[in-house]
Amino acid sequence: MKARVTITLKPGVLDPQGKAIHHALGGLGFDGVEDVRAGKVILLDLADGTPVETIDKMCEQLLANTVIENYKVDVL
Amino acid sequence: MTAAVIVFPGSNCDRDLAVAFEGVTGKKPNMVWHAESELPAGTDLIGLPGGFSYGDYLRSGAMAAVSPVMKAVAAAAARGVPTIGICNGFQLLTEARLLPGALMRNAGLHFICRDAQLRVETSDSPFLRGYEEGERITIPVAHHDGNYQADAETLDRLEGEGRVAFRYVDNINGSARGIAGILSAQRNVLGMMPHPERAFERAHGNTDGRRLFEALVGQIA
Repeated sequence: MKARVTITLKPGVLDPQGKAIHHALGGLGFDGVEDVRAGKVILLDLADGTPVETIDKMCEQLLANTVIENYKVDVL
Repeated sequence: MTAAVIVFPGSNCDRDLAVAFEGVTGKKPNMVWHAESELPAGTDLIGLPGGFSYGDYLRSGAMAAVSPVMKAVAAAAARGVPTIGICNGFQLLTEARLLPGALMRNAGLHFICRDAQLRVETSDSPFLRGYEEGERITIPVAHHDGNYQADAETLDRLEGEGRVAFRYVDNINGSARGIAGILSAQRNVLGMMPHPERAFERAHGNTDGRRLFEALVGQIA
């Protein structure tokens, strides 16, 4: 089984990288971009039947820093 | 006094920190590889050095925080062993949840490498007794992810408990409330982005960092 973990910064956490991307999009002439938030995607190839709770633990212990980041698990 | 400097793949200030420890203790510290599961017997001072452990993969300090040696470091810190994390070592202490908050990309996005003026906010810690509260010191910084962030409640608690160790006089990296270094609740764990080991001898141009290390001598059996 495969799972996709999407990690994003919590709302309100400053995202300098997102700001820089936003600025660069403006520089390319893309108007109307209200905001940009950057995150990361981690693709996991797992033994079949791995419980979602185990993937949550992976996120809590390593994949995301829950002080500043949210994560979302999608089993594909 | 038996000091340990923890060495991770990608650490690059481990030898500088060892020189500083030896300079004040007169004894070479044990260089402890991250894959060890125990610290040398009698370790009574721990240093987590600067650098780019694991190439900053995932997040700065994230991989190092889960390396085998960190369980022993956490146990020693809980027993009250003075533990200092400098730069990447600070990032790693937050990732290991030995200190609250997180270190994010500098607000200006640039890597910052220069002297920074700091205000000493407390002298109540084994590392800080050589300073006076309110004193201004100069310590070099060299980091890309030094922007300290935590939620308002955590920041209020740190300030209320006098656990902010240092603040930038000019907030160079966007850190919440200008925080450059913080202490654990027990005050024996110090995390700081500036590099006191780079202001240790006259040849460095400044010895403001030396007093941090000198304060340790005589306090530890």
